[in-house]
Amino acid sequence: MKHTVSISALLATIWLANSGHYTGLLLSFGVVSVALVVWVCHRMDVVDHESQPIHLTRHLPRYYSWLVVQIIISNIDVVKRIWLGSSTISPGTRRFPVGQKTDIGRVVYANSINLTPGTISVELSDSEVLVHGLTQANLNDLDAGEMSRRVDQLEK
Amino acid sequence: MNDAIEFLSGALLLLGSFLIFTGALGVLRFPDTLSRMHAAGVTETLATTLLLMGLMLLAGWSLVLLKLIMILLFILFTSPTSSHALAKAVWRHQEHETKGGRHD
Amino acid sequence: MLAVTTFTLLLVMAMAMVRGFAGPSIFDRVLAANLFGTKTVLLIAVLGFLFGRPEFLDIALLYALMNFISVIAILRYFEHTQKAEEGRSADE
Repeated sequence: MKHTVSISALLATIWLANSGHYTGLLLSFGVVSVALVVWVCHRMDVVDHESQPIHLTRHLPRYYSWLVVQIIISNIDVVKRIWLGSSTISPGTRRFPVGQKTDIGRVVYANSINLTPGTISVELSDSEVLVHGLTQANLNDLDAGEMSRRVDQLEK
Repeated sequence: MNDAIEFLSGALLLLGSFLIFTGALGVLRFPDTLSRMHAAGVTETLATTLLLMGLMLLAGWSLVLLKLIMILLFILFTSPTSSHALAKAVWRHQEHETKGGRHD
Repeated sequence: MLAVTTFTLLLVMAMAMVRGFAGPSIFDRVLAANLFGTKTVLLIAVLGFLFGRPEFLDIALLYALMNFISVIAILRYFEHTQKAEEGRSADE
């Protein structure tokens, strides 16, 4: 039930932000289309804690602020290497164990790996993630497990 | 006050442009596909954010601001997914090639 | 500043085209197409501000959606055609 409310609120916000015309007729069109999309989503059975992870909301600001700092740091590193040339990079792949218990935790982890330039998650399975790194240092940083630990905290 | 905002947005736009140019340069310079994807990642995360934030400062409080935020969020949510799909396809292809090589 | 940004974006799109034509693999071309698409979204948004027509942002949003779907679709296509070819070579 609370997931239905949250998806309706999200869709209504998107409609209101994009329309810009607040007359009775257009607003009723909005209500009809939101209802239609929610109904279709229910039929597809995608309205649950996975498409609407509201249980994560409480921990998200802390994780995002940490992630933004990481993204800036790794961006600066990659930019430096681009200007210095190909001789400064040492690409490689490595497998890392994935400790997250839920699918959503694993997806957040893999997406965070992708969002920080310098590391790309190539393959994700239940227990392992294959990561391609621009330098060995990038892979070592990931091996230290800071990001994994923070995603664990997010899951709780 | 307005001058300060305009100056700040100009600075963000310039920095974003520089990062986007750097990313494209990396895509041209790096030796293999997966390394090039890291360079493309620079343009998709920080550079896009800086450019759109520069535009947000110009927009002020209006619906335009909300639309810019939506574009930014959409790019930030989808770019890791598409780069994961691309990296996986590249990896599968490379594995296939090396297997084929051993087969011959 | 908006003019400078527009110019840089056009330059970057040209660079993405160079990578797209140079290849060498199909995935480099997909990467270039993806880069080109993201930059198009930004270019439309910046042009909207340069010409003082913020309605352009709706088009930019639509283009961002299309760009994502098209990249996923292209990759799906190549993955499946590759699998089909593998199957065919296994039959032979």
